[in-house]
Amino acid sequence: MSFAWAKQYEPQSTFTKWLDEKLPLPRLVYNAVGAGYPVPRNLNYMWNFGVLAGFCLMLQIVTGVILAMHYAANAQVAFGTVEHIMRNVNWGWALRYAHANGASFFFIVIYLHIFRGLFYSSYKAPREMIWLLGVVIFLLMMATAFMGYVLPWGQMSFWGAQVITGLFSAIPVVGEPLQVWLLGGFAPDNAALNRFFSLHFLMPFVIAGVVILHIWALHIPGSSNPAGVEVKQESDTVPFHPYYTSKDGFGLGVFLIAFTAMVFFLPNALGHPDNYIEANPLSTPALIVPEWYFYPFYAILRAFTGDLTIPFTGIVLIPAKLLGVIGMFGSILVWFILPWLDKSPVRSGHYRPLFNKFFWFGLIPTMAALFYLGGAHAEEPYIMLSQIFTAYYFMHFLVILPIISQIEVPKPLPFSITEAVLGKDTPAEAPRTGTAATGDAGTLPDGSLQPAE
Amino acid sequence: MASDTAVISETGSEEGVRRRDWIHIAALSTAGVGGASLLFPLISQMAPSADVLAASSTEVDIGAIAAGQSIKTTFRKQPLFVKRLTPEEIAAAKKDDGTSMRDPQTLAERTKEGHEDILITMGVCTHLGCVPLGAAEGENKGEFGGYFCPCHGSHYDVAGRIRKGPAPLNLMVPEYSFTSDTVVRVG
Repeated sequence: MSFAWAKQYEPQSTFTKWLDEKLPLPRLVYNAVGAGYPVPRNLNYMWNFGVLAGFCLMLQIVTGVILAMHYAANAQVAFGTVEHIMRNVNWGWALRYAHANGASFFFIVIYLHIFRGLFYSSYKAPREMIWLLGVVIFLLMMATAFMGYVLPWGQMSFWGAQVITGLFSAIPVVGEPLQVWLLGGFAPDNAALNRFFSLHFLMPFVIAGVVILHIWALHIPGSSNPAGVEVKQESDTVPFHPYYTSKDGFGLGVFLIAFTAMVFFLPNALGHPDNYIEANPLSTPALIVPEWYFYPFYAILRAFTGDLTIPFTGIVLIPAKLLGVIGMFGSILVWFILPWLDKSPVRSGHYRPLFNKFFWFGLIPTMAALFYLGGAHAEEPYIMLSQIFTAYYFMHFLVILPIISQIEVPKPLPFSITEAVLGKDTPAEAPRTGTAATGDAGTLPDGSLQPAE
Repeated sequence: MASDTAVISETGSEEGVRRRDWIHIAALSTAGVGGASLLFPLISQMAPSADVLAASSTEVDIGAIAAGQSIKTTFRKQPLFVKRLTPEEIAAAKKDDGTSMRDPQTLAERTKEGHEDILITMGVCTHLGCVPLGAAEGENKGEFGGYFCPCHGSHYDVAGRIRKGPAPLNLMVPEYSFTSDTVVRVG
């Protein structure tokens, strides 16, 4: 699908004509990320993170496949082969640091991508499916990242595997056998390491598959935009290429500067030193925390310290351990119903005064606090703070958003994207005034939107 | 005026060089050079790693090898033949030095001066990499009394030179030196 004014792919040479008949791959690319995909003209830099996430996935697959050439998933030698990669393999240090920091940057990019979706309500109709698939990708990413962190078989790897599979033991009746089944033993060992390696290799390709669905679903309604009004006319859009290929290219350059700075100058800043100690089943590190990107969910897990009981009877309905697990998974699963919790027809947070306040002064500080608390020791006052912020987190999605969408009076929306960009009083067809150097950029005629070529 | 020229060259004629071309070329070539240079680590990582290269020299004690006897050892994870030639074998090899061969080499060229009786070759047939027979007692030494490769029937003489069969080259003589009269350092 596309807008009626989307440019059509026209093969020029004899070869491309021949290819277009047999396998229209260039046509697919042209319509997906080329000049044949009209995109709202007002996208800001928050719209860069989809492309950056795709880049991160490719980066992780390339570096990961290479690391797998030198790594051995055997509890006897796994730790040693990681050191072998660091010391002996040509450029092994760079590839491993790129992979480890690549995971962190993947999550940074994904969190900003989700943040964009939450603020601009990208999850609303007609884009619910894109959002749902995105949550699936996020869950797959979390599983993949966790299993990847086990592979170096350091102390954090081992105890991470122990703790995360321990989450499943909270499930009533089947929990304990389930954990034993997941690990293939009573504690993490060779069987667990081997299956985690196998699945860690498989999952990125599953993610790539869901990403294709995610992009496919995106191309049905087309990209959302910061104004939150749908595309109405040709002047609302510009072709993806060259406008957003160059904008995304610039964003990629900025991303790579930050990424390479971390890889080359602070490669271990986001990791834990304890993971350079080989796994020891007899000694737990003093502070056992996951990688930073799991902190908010870890904080929610630890926030549940009391059993759910029937008051004054002492009957335990749900033990604290299970409550924590439900809370942690629930904090992500709640996103699956988000499109139906936030019923406001207005998408962009810019036009929603009440939503805007709760977003910036409620949800964002809560997420920042949970990030901090997840990495803190499990002691007061951190536990109480975790409980407060966990409570707000669920309140925000389950109570505040539905109420806001009922009572809020949104600001007037622009008629169209063109009007949002150019202003109401200046007709889009107005002749251009002044020179390129002195003229008003807001009054450029539509002709200026044509590709420079 | 500067602003006038800027306007003309940016919005002017379709053909010819535009100011914007410069930034296209600069951006794309920077990205291109950066991307292409990434290939180096991605390819180089498959080359032998430091621990493999570190194990690429080996010392062999040749003191216990009697005349006419061979030992098999390994060099770079490949078989290495060390053979002490008998005076008769040396004479036979020297006699053949002048004959027509596929890969002409004299015995002197294949041994170290003063140690003409020590022949050190890789135990890897130059045809397709099998291990030739003849180093161990009782094995088929081929028609020329040296080595015989059972895979495709290459015959090597007492100096490890190819004399008959499909192999293109003599058995390779690795770089080595005598660290003492009885110890050889290969690699």
